[in-house]
Parts: sequence; C-alpha cells; structure tokens
Amino acid sequence: MNLSRREQLTGRVFLIALIVVTLLPFVSMLSAALQPRGTVPSGLEWPSDPQWGNFADAFTAANMGALLRSSLLIVAGVVPVSVLIATMAGFGLGQLRVPGGRLVFGLFLLGLTLPFEAVVTPLYYQMQDLGLLNTRWAIILPLIGLYMPFAVFWMRAHFTNVPVELSEAARVDGSSTWQLFWRVQVPLARPAIASLTILMFLWTWNQFLLAIVLVDDATKRTMAGALGAFQGQWGTDLVLLCAGSLLILTPTLIVFLIFQRQFIKALIQGSVKG
Amino acid sequence: MTSALGSAPTGRDDSRARPTPTRAHRFRWARAAGTGWLYVLPALVMYAVFVLRPLVLTLQYSLYDWNGIGVARWVGLDNYLTVFTDSDLLKIIGNAIVLIVFFSFIPVALGLLVASMVRRITTGAFGTVVRTILFMPQVIPLVAAGIAWSWLLSSNGLVNQALRAVGLGGVARAWLGDFDTALPAVGVIGAWVLLGLCTILLVTGMSKIDPALYEAARLDGAGPVREFLAVTLPSLRQEIGVCLTVTIIAALASFDIVYISTSGGPGLQTTVPGLEIYRLAFSQRQVGLASALAVVLMLLVLACVLPIQRLSRGEKP
Repeated sequence: MNLSRREQLTGRVFLIALIVVTLLPFVSMLSAALQPRGTVPSGLEWPSDPQWGNFADAFTAANMGALLRSSLLIVAGVVPVSVLIATMAGFGLGQLRVPGGRLVFGLFLLGLTLPFEAVVTPLYYQMQDLGLLNTRWAIILPLIGLYMPFAVFWMRAHFTNVPVELSEAARVDGSSTWQLFWRVQVPLARPAIASLTILMFLWTWNQFLLAIVLVDDATKRTMAGALGAFQGQWGTDLVLLCAGSLLILTPTLIVFLIFQRQFIKALIQGSVKG
Repeated sequence: MTSALGSAPTGRDDSRARPTPTRAHRFRWARAAGTGWLYVLPALVMYAVFVLRPLVLTLQYSLYDWNGIGVARWVGLDNYLTVFTDSDLLKIIGNAIVLIVFFSFIPVALGLLVASMVRRITTGAFGTVVRTILFMPQVIPLVAAGIAWSWLLSSNGLVNQALRAVGLGGVARAWLGDFDTALPAVGVIGAWVLLGLCTILLVTGMSKIDPALYEAARLDGAGPVREFLAVTLPSLRQEIGVCLTVTIIAALASFDIVYISTSGGPGLQTTVPGLEIYRLAFSQRQVGLASALAVVLMLLVLACVLPIQRLSRGEKP
C-alpha cells in the first residue's frame, strides 16, 4: 500500500489521539482513587502522597472476595452449559441437518436482536414462581436461554462449513453419532468454541440488568451488578468509589490482557456474525 | 442433504449387516433424524423456557392492566394507546432515538475517518497496543464506564478542568445534571464505549480492500473525497452495516450507562425505554404498560436493524 509519509503520519496522530481519549477515564479514576480519603479530588492531578491503601479499604468495603466468588460461580454455571448445548445444537442444525431444522433455526434467529428488557419482567415472575428469586440460579438459568440465539447461530455457522463427507467417513468407520461429535467434530470446532467461550464469559461477568432485577443481595450478583450496588452505597465517597471501581475492573482487564489476541478475534468475529 | 448420515454407508459395509439397503436406509435415516433432534433439544428447551415463554408473557401482559400481585384486568390495546399518546413516554422513546446519533453515527463517522487515514493497523507491536487499548471499553462492564464518566463529567471532573485550563471556564457545569446537556453527555459515554470497536472493525475491513482499487482511483485523478466515496464506502458496506447494527441496538436498548450515570434525570431528560420499563414494572407496578413499552422497543429495534441488514448484505453473495 503506497501511502505517502504525510498520510501515514496523520493516521498515527489520529490513532494516538484515540488512544489518549480511551485511556483518560481510567487515568482520571486512578488519580482520584489515590487522593487522601475525605478530600474532594479534581479531574486529573497526581497526588503528592499517593494513598495506595485506599485500594485495601475498597477491597474490604466492596467485599471483593465474596464478589469474585459469586461472579465465578455464575460464570461456572452459565458458560460451560451454554457452550456445550449450543455446540450440540449447532452440530444438529448445521451438520446433521435435522428435518425441520430450518424452522427451529428461524425461531432462534428471532431472539438475536431481542433486548433483555423485553423479557425481564416475566422472567422476574417466573423466577418467583420457581422460588429462585435472590439466588444465583435466577441469573444463571435465564442467561443460558438468552445466549442461545447468538451461540447456536455462531456454532451452526461453523458446522455448516464443515464438509458432510467428514461425518460420512467417520460413519463408514462405524462410529456412532455421539463418537463422531466428540472425537471428530468438537476437536475441529475448537477455535469457534474458544471464541464463543470468551464472549459468554465477558457477557456474563458484565451482565447488569438481570443481576439488579433478579437478585437483591450484591454478594450473589455478577461483577457488574455488584458494582452498581457499590456505587449506590459509596456514591458520595468519590475516592473510595474510584478505587473500588478500578478494583472491580482489574480481574476482567487481567484476563483480557492475558488472552488479548483471542479476545479481540472473538469480539471482531462476534460482532461481524451477530 | 437430510440423509447426511444414513445414505453414505448403505452401499458399503452396511449392506452386509442389514437385510435390504432401502429399509436400512430408511431405518438409519429415521434414527439419525431422531438422534439429531436430541442434539438440538437442550438448547431449544432452555431458549423456549427462558426466552420464548417470557416473550409470549410480555405480549400477554401488555394487554392487561396488572399491578403484579392482584387480579389482572383485560384492557385490549389501551396500553399501546398510552405508549403512543402519553407525552412522557413519547419523549422517552425520542431520547433513545437521539442516543442513536451519539452511539452510532459519531463512532461510525469517526471510525471511518480514522480508518481511511490509517488504512491498516500493523501487525507489529504498535498495532497490538492500539488494538488492545481501543478494545478496553468493550471489555469492562458498561456500569464501570458509567461510573468513570460520571466522574469525568462532574463539576470537578476532568472535562471541566480541561475547559478551565483553556479559558472556557464559563461553559463548565455538571454536564450530567444540566437539563440541556444531560442527554448529549450520556451520549458521549456511549460514543466512548463504541468508538474503539467501530474503528477496529472498519480498519480491519479496510485492510481487506485491494490496494489496486486505490491506485486505479488515483490514476483516474480522484481526490481523497472521491476516493472515499467511490472505493472506501462501497467496499466497507458490510462492516458499516455491522457497526450500525451493533451500535443502534446498544442505543435503543441502553440501560446500564443511564441507570448508573443519571438514573434518567434530571426530570425525564435522559430516561430511555429500558429504564422506564424497569421503573414501570418494578417501582410503579404497572406491569401491563411496562410490557407494552417492551413490545414497542422490540419492534423499534427490528425496524431499525432489519433494513440495515438488508442494505449491507443484500447484494453480496
């Protein structure tokens, strides 16, 4: 690509400006979080005596240990099951091509653009009837259902592109559908499954609406839901609020930085296909 | 197609085991279809119980006057009539539409600008850093973005500090609390969240465009504007469609950011349908009206997204 020097330079300047704009909110939060408790911080000024202890205070105030555990439990309840049943359904629809599959797939597509707000009220009463309100199940079970349109769509797209001859060859070797699924198809689908797992993890961790509607106790919520409660409780103590928010962000950011390449791939593919 | 599993083996080793190929075929076919369904069933059941059933209930609730506890009274389409005539509810729907400008148009426009400047982000270290940082707003919860920006836009926040520094202290204010600026301020938060995603998607699309197209355009004497209109825009149609779809849904169905940064205030200035559904259903106990608004929101999303899908994918195979 023969771009002139000047064009390349302008491009870089734009990118760097974009990066600064993206990072500023985080830096500003950090500068506020390091001010002495009880002071009124202003936009961005590096404190003369950074109070790193604020993070310890926030850790206790936010009950971070319990929050982490709760979020992990919810993720553990949602992600493996969602990925498994979506992979199976994608295999059934895209590879086995069950009769009537088109109709079922159409039904799933119906939910692809559905705002969660549209079903949250009946879900509340449904959870009440099941006696699950204020338990983590009230977040876990609906989330699995709500993820199905995207997850099935995603996995079906993968399995549709796997040549049917592959299944037939496995058939000839005398393997059952179940063996075919686990030994041949799942290993081949690993990249698609990995991306899906990352997206489900992220969406679950960050789920807010279901958490505040269906669970009152912040220590039984997702990270995002807990952050909402933390803001409600400490909204006036800006220093602690900023410290707590950053703390609650840290696990996600760490996981993101470790799996950065996979995350970005998943997010790009996820939005393109969705 | 349908006999993906049944047809292939019949001619070979299967014929030894089974009496007649045709019957074996039919038997295998039926069994394969049956097993196939077993694979689809778990996902379908979860979807039916936790999405389709509530969806049908939302439709049903929307036709009743119900406080969530007592006896529901059939009111037909009255709730919908209220949604389309009540000035507050119309304003709330209008707010969501205004947010589209900020959540969608600004990120896509800026993203296109940056993309046409950058053309491609290198695969080297600089590129990785750029991609990683620009994706950070996508990874953190929207609630956190809301908290961070509430701080930035507050009276002592960074935005006002910057304004005072350049001598514009006169316009400094509590942006999220001001009647005139609250909605745009919420919009800015959404724009910040979605800008990086749009930019990266568009730059990724950009790097797939054949450079020969640009060379041809230059040989024809096309300036940067013509080049943009004739080469960039048509080639990025699909990516632009994706960005618009994702961001418009984010705008219309917004909840987290608004709940955290303004709770819909001041007045109803920043109240969006998602927040109003939550309030109507759980604070004001008007489940019927909340459900009607939910149905309208759902249709509004479809009305915006389906034409975009058709336009951006329509002519491409």
